[in-house]
Amino acid sequence: MYELEILVQVLILGLANGALFALIALGYTLVYGIIELINFAHGDVYMIGTFTALTVVLQLGLTRGSPPEVLFLGLVLALVVAMVACALLNTAIERLAYRPLRNAPRLAPLISAIGVSFILMNVGLHWYGASQVRFPDLLPNIDLLRDVLGLPTAIHFTTKDLFVLVLTVPLLVGLNLFVARTKLGKAMRATAQDREAAALMGIDINQTIALTFLLGGALAGAAGFLSGLYNNTAWFQQGFRGGLMAFTAAVLGGIGNLTGAVLGGFIIGVVSALSDFYLDPRWTQAIVFAILILIMVFRPSGLLGEQLPEKV
Amino acid sequence: MALNARRPRRSTRVHKGLPFAIALAVVLLYPFIDGPVLAPLFGAPTLGIMIPVLIFTLLALGLNIVVGYAGLLDLGYAAFFAIGAYTAAFLTSPVSPLPFRTDFWIALAVSWLVAAVFGVILGAPTLRLRGDYLAIVTLAFGEIVPRVFLNLESWTGGSRGMNPIGRPHLLGYELGVTPLEIGGLVLGPQVPWYYLIVAIGLLSIWAITRLYDSRLGRAWVAMREDEVAAASMGINLVHTKLWAFALGASFSGFAGAIFASIFQFIDPFQFDFSISIMVLAMVILGGLGNIWGVLAGGIVLGLFDRGISAQVSVWLRGLGTALGIPALATIDLSRSRLMIFGIALVLLMLLRPEGLFPSARRRAELHPEESEVAARGELTYGARLPVER
Repeated sequence: MYELEILVQVLILGLANGALFALIALGYTLVYGIIELINFAHGDVYMIGTFTALTVVLQLGLTRGSPPEVLFLGLVLALVVAMVACALLNTAIERLAYRPLRNAPRLAPLISAIGVSFILMNVGLHWYGASQVRFPDLLPNIDLLRDVLGLPTAIHFTTKDLFVLVLTVPLLVGLNLFVARTKLGKAMRATAQDREAAALMGIDINQTIALTFLLGGALAGAAGFLSGLYNNTAWFQQGFRGGLMAFTAAVLGGIGNLTGAVLGGFIIGVVSALSDFYLDPRWTQAIVFAILILIMVFRPSGLLGEQLPEKV
Repeated sequence: MALNARRPRRSTRVHKGLPFAIALAVVLLYPFIDGPVLAPLFGAPTLGIMIPVLIFTLLALGLNIVVGYAGLLDLGYAAFFAIGAYTAAFLTSPVSPLPFRTDFWIALAVSWLVAAVFGVILGAPTLRLRGDYLAIVTLAFGEIVPRVFLNLESWTGGSRGMNPIGRPHLLGYELGVTPLEIGGLVLGPQVPWYYLIVAIGLLSIWAITRLYDSRLGRAWVAMREDEVAAASMGINLVHTKLWAFALGASFSGFAGAIFASIFQFIDPFQFDFSISIMVLAMVILGGLGNIWGVLAGGIVLGLFDRGISAQVSVWLRGLGTALGIPALATIDLSRSRLMIFGIALVLLMLLRPEGLFPSARRRAELHPEESEVAARGELTYGARLPVER
């Protein structure tokens, strides 16, 4: 394999994982954009998404050998269940743990979010135990470049990679359109800009914030489903690690900025893949956190965020 | 300004001598009542549980400076604990990569200093940040530091950890090895450790209360309340913040060195995120900014985490068996440690965000409607203003 081909291979892996980070990062950025809260529990909602999808898959008894139509319907069901479960969970968390603290000092909801994160982690621990669980490998793993297109290359771009991108891109585009074009999206943007003024204009603030958590939760559910299928593993601590990576992505892109979160997700995915391959996987997490610190220090507004004057 | 700059009331100092004397007597006599009184009650001596609890309480005292006094939310405090522990291990352990070894007492002082220096190093980049951004950066540091210790395998032994670690010598006696005999009374090997921790704890409490009443302490509180106002009153924010980070971190240096020496073994997994949160929860439970509250919070939460949850499980299982409730009969609360912790944090924030024993000032901030003035009925509409004669 030529060096260039290795690089491309690493990039493909990075982009696929980056797509997952982007989905989770959107949840962070949506919530931060609207109520300026780092939803610490978001990573664990994503973990619950993987676990829900895994439970559906195991209950249906899906395997690689299942008939294609059964497999397809089963996967659609797992995706829908994971998305709905996470959307409802995220909304419930907002209602119970964050809404009562909306006017409290900013430390209070953050600590409450950490508490919720611990609760969810413990739920995961009881659900599938302390060690990593195998997520069945259900997707056909056909090499598209060489076996299908007949290109003379050693790069693997499989149906699995394609599946992640095919499912992620419409979700990302759909969310952007929703926020930019629909009336509810406009309400979200208005609430983010000035909650009181938005309320005076007749926007139901509580409903709009709940909707934001609903959307973020649904995306986290989709990411959980995809991550299980793509990486073939589920673990109760994946939410904490994955959540921090995705949060870094959101900050890198400029927290509160949807396009920025997606861009940040892909960058973090690629950087992790490069570090995994060229350096040492053991240092990847440290490198990502170092990036997080550097952005926070030198450009807290992120790549695409606006430089806002400090509120006094 | 200088004309009426009266010293503020010493809010954190002990006013009531008697309760303090009683508490001190209980603390000092505890090892003697542990064996004969507490051991039959709990089925085993409690000192083994008490020692880690006290170490964590020592950590909580340090974190209280950063979070409670200066108002800087630090989610990576375990990093300094790790730095303190590894410094002590490097200086005293036979497996250390350093070409020399020192005595434990020197290592203790060096750990204190190294932790303080790292407090400044890790604090410096965060100076411009506020609130939750600061929290995230400290969290990232808290994740990076144990990972560095894990990955620098040739120095730290990586996941195998470091063992053994030097013990303190005092007057020719090595702490924690042999039972101590004083005039026919035999005390377990852990008892001298207990007194060492208590001594360091009392020293820390004394230092921290003095600090709180000092110019620096008042600057911390002013900064916590309003950075802009504090800066315009002439407080140097950079110095004030860095001192908070340095002093806050330094106490975890003590705790880390003692922790390493007592348990004779450290590995990077002992210093993960849950430790940072545990210590933070101790500070918040007790009451941010109130040193006695933090002490109480640390001991209550630490005991719950280390001992009570297992004990309560046993009781609940007994109750479940007696009542014929199978779910209760097989309960094991220690598996739900995180959940109990999480629920406690959420409930605390919802019901009593100022903690169980808040400082008077904090309480007034969080409940303006119940502030002393309003409670006395003064300054409300129609009330007669007190006339000074």
